[in-house]
Amino acid sequence: MIKDITIGQFFPGKSIIHRLDPRIKLLLTVIYIVMLFTASGFTGLLAASLYMLAAFIISGIPIKMMLKSIKPILPIIIFTGILNLFFISSGDPLVEWHFIKITDDGVRTMIFMAARIILLICGTSLLTYTTSPITLTDAIERILSPLKVIKFPAHEIAMMMTIALRFIPTLIEETDKIMSAQKARGADMESGNLIHRAKALIPILIPLFVSAFRRAEELALAMECRCYHGGEGRTRLKQLKTAPRDYVAVVITLIFLAAVIVLNMFSPI
Amino acid sequence: MGIIKTENLTYVYGEGTPFRKVAVDNINLDIDEGEIVGIIGRTGSGKSTLIQHFNGLLKPTSGKVFIDGDELFADKSRLKEIRFKVGLVFQYPEYQLFEETVYKDIAFGPKNMGLSEDEIDRRVRETARLVGLKPEYLEKSPFELSGGQKRRAAIAGVMAMEPKVLILDEPTAGLDPRGRDRILGLIKEYHAEKGTTVLLVSHSMEDVAKTVSKILVMNNSKVFMYSDRSGVFAKAEELTSMGLTVPQVTRVFDRLRAAGIEFEDEVFSVEYAKDLVLRLLRERGQSLD
Ligand SMILES: Nc1ncnc2c1ncn2[C@@H]1O[C@H](COP(=O)(O)OP(=O)(O)OP(=O)(O)O)[C@@H](O)[C@H]1O
Ligand SMILES: [Mg+2]
Repeated sequence: MIKDITIGQFFPGKSIIHRLDPRIKLLLTVIYIVMLFTASGFTGLLAASLYMLAAFIISGIPIKMMLKSIKPILPIIIFTGILNLFFISSGDPLVEWHFIKITDDGVRTMIFMAARIILLICGTSLLTYTTSPITLTDAIERILSPLKVIKFPAHEIAMMMTIALRFIPTLIEETDKIMSAQKARGADMESGNLIHRAKALIPILIPLFVSAFRRAEELALAMECRCYHGGEGRTRLKQLKTAPRDYVAVVITLIFLAAVIVLNMFSPI
Repeated sequence: MGIIKTENLTYVYGEGTPFRKVAVDNINLDIDEGEIVGIIGRTGSGKSTLIQHFNGLLKPTSGKVFIDGDELFADKSRLKEIRFKVGLVFQYPEYQLFEETVYKDIAFGPKNMGLSEDEIDRRVRETARLVGLKPEYLEKSPFELSGGQKRRAAIAGVMAMEPKVLILDEPTAGLDPRGRDRILGLIKEYHAEKGTTVLLVSHSMEDVAKTVSKILVMNNSKVFMYSDRSGVFAKAEELTSMGLTVPQVTRVFDRLRAAGIEFEDEVFSVEYAKDLVLRLLRERGQSLD
């Protein structure tokens, strides 16, 4: 069933990683990404992966989940890997056959790129595993709020994201129900050619849109009834506060970044 | 073998996840053709899950379902054909309306069955009459109808497929008493006219008691009992502990009987109770004034 798709993939927990201020966590993730892209050799990547693995272990998220996050991007990894393997012609050739030429540089770049993408995905998914989507949008709102001086609608964007996240499961459930109802009326969504299948979506999409609009209207009305009037002068129930552990985390991350830069100098590739 | 039969039917949601839930637990059923059966049980007892097995929308985790002697999922290519034998009206069916006109929407099911234009036309008009939609409504957009009319149009869409078994999940949810009586009335009428098997899912004992002949009581994913009305209502105490109630009139008349007033009949509806009281009074030679 469609319901099995997890969105937001948040894993509730009590680890120190879970308790970090979400704004700091976003910052750490950015530093980590910088770390990955400044690393020019394998030793640098190794340092970055040590950092990531340590964070994963501290967070208590099963390592299995890390592998699960890689699975959807496997095709991309394979695709870039093949490109690197066949189109890099510098270095010593390992295999030469007609126009195909594989060099040691190609192999090295392939592994390096794959490792970098994997580390990137694992690190960023650790952020979504340990931070609930709502907290995350809260943090984004707070980080973007200085931009309000140039009329950037930070609050509105965050509110839109929150509402969208809230309604994803509802809409999935609704889609499930409508699909079952139309199947019970003999709608056939699994066979036929492309045009036939596209047409078969109409009985699903129309009721879905109608109900989405109805819900949107009801929600807007309910919000107005509770005197919602935008972000102006709104206070929050949950205040974001930084604690000493947040600064410690930033310092540790910066040390790793420095280490990566130093390692770059000692081992170019 | 009856028209619907299940053997050790079990269904589990979210197998292998922390949210694992046995929604239907080892159910053995045999429902005879032509019966009108009420399925009751408190919320979450597995009613909706159970009925979705009867037309193959859910595949049993284990166990078997037979419709008219054919095992569902035994041969996947025949699933659609068997599915047409069982019409399923979901809860809030009005949210599935999508066509430009009511006519086209009612015709959606019959069209999927591959019937001829003439046959489709006959069925659409006949079911529209049965559910009490005037012919001029057929050319309107379904989104212009009132809530109750939408509901009846959606029910007509399934009835027009002329299934051997009609299953309705909470067809009266969210309607006012008049709308409720109207829907229940048309279900009874449909049953009387076509003689098909009807399964009616509901929380409301009152609704079920005045409409059906047999009752299937679900509790905690299991069948608590399947019997005729008086058999079920005789277990008033157990029903109460399951969060269900015996209809008020039935309770009143049980008390009257306990108080020593003699009568044979089982009372399930207010109208019937009225007739009974008048008859008893007449028999005793008392007039109303
Ligand atoms: N799609 C689903 N995924 C996971 N669990 C589900 C799903 N649908 C139902 N359940 C669970 O299965 C159990 C039975 O649900 P079901 O919908 O069959 O109950 P019901 O008797 O129809 O209740 P109601 O009277 O509220 O309609 C419930 O505990 C419910 O939480
Ligand atoms: Mg239900």
